[in-house]
Amino acid sequence: MQPARLAAYDLACRRGDRLLFRGVGFELHQGDALQLAGPNGIGKSSLMRILAGLLRPYTGHVEHEGALALADERPALDAHRPLGEALAFWRGIDRAGEARADFGLEDLLDVPVRYLSTGQRKRAALARLAASGARIWLLDEPLNGLDTHWGASAQAAIEAHRALGGIAVIASHQPLQLQRLKTLALLEHLP
Amino acid sequence: MRALWTIFRRDLTLLLLGAPGRGGALLPLLFFLAVAMLYPFAVGPDARLLARTGAGVIWVAALLAAILPLDRLIEPDLEAGFFDQWALRGIAEEGVIAFRIVAHWLSFGVPLMLAAPLAAGLLNLDGAQLWTVEVGLLLGTPGLAAIGVTIAALTAGLRAGAALGGLLAIPLTVPLLIFGAGSLQPGGEGGLLLLAASSLAALAIAPFAAAGAIRAGRE
Repeated sequence: MQPARLAAYDLACRRGDRLLFRGVGFELHQGDALQLAGPNGIGKSSLMRILAGLLRPYTGHVEHEGALALADERPALDAHRPLGEALAFWRGIDRAGEARADFGLEDLLDVPVRYLSTGQRKRAALARLAASGARIWLLDEPLNGLDTHWGASAQAAIEAHRALGGIAVIASHQPLQLQRLKTLALLEHLP
Repeated sequence: MRALWTIFRRDLTLLLLGAPGRGGALLPLLFFLAVAMLYPFAVGPDARLLARTGAGVIWVAALLAAILPLDRLIEPDLEAGFFDQWALRGIAEEGVIAFRIVAHWLSFGVPLMLAAPLAAGLLNLDGAQLWTVEVGLLLGTPGLAAIGVTIAALTAGLRAGAALGGLLAIPLTVPLLIFGAGSLQPGGEGGLLLLAASSLAALAIAPFAAAGAIRAGRE
């Protein structure tokens, strides 16, 4: 299995005419997990999108080895299609084999995505992420909408992913029960 | 390429059959026929007048029918995060857009060509005129599809993007309308060549312009 690595160097982010943060840097290797912490509006989601390559940083750059997968507040699942078909669309693109993680979606596969609850949709997005086969997981508020049970399952899935040499970056304002979790407090990187 | 094919199959299904809030290929088609049907009511049943102006009406109807689905070409997928997920997988926006233009053309251009004989009957066009209209639609609708997808990408995410899209599309599609309708005038066969040229130019530019618009929208 090829090595996974995600490194950020001196990142700064500007939205409009406001500098959100600067001097953000870290290096993650296989098995690492990093929590992005900070109050609302500090730029956690923007940093996530910079890491994903969807947003250009104001300064600095990101390097990664291994494929990236992102789960944010938009599940990218067709609302009118049954969950099973909506997930199959991404399986057809990713061709990564069966997902290892189970998010208790078996009973929901016939249900159109728009009828799913917030938590069920979040689980579906996590299942899509887990099935992508990507080595680096970028999770934006993965525990939002999940109850205690599924919150623990999601964290167990993250641990399993790390055990297999994956990397996880998690933006969350909730405490995470993960082993050897690194924390990046964006409050320390205010301009 | 395999991923693009999977995306294309989804595009085509969505655009042909529609989905709640997305309407399929039927709506532009009915709109096109409704315009062709209303025109004789409005100007009266003078067969000579209809035959002389009818082909132009078909072109105006086709153009308006092309504008109808603009707001569901890009916006819903952008909103749901599909384009971000494709970008993460290294699937170029240009490829997605190129295939989407084909899917859009199949879902509105081809049905219009199938409905044109019916509209020609309503407007009292003769066989030769219908033939020119069909050839013109075959050459012109790909250009309309390309411009439509580009406008949809530019206006996606804007408030009132649908209305704005319609307004932006009209001036850009005027050359297609002029050459398309002009080809029906006596001695206007050269219009078909110009129509094909405009279509090709639109098709060549559209994937890059639309992809650029989507990337710029992320900032």
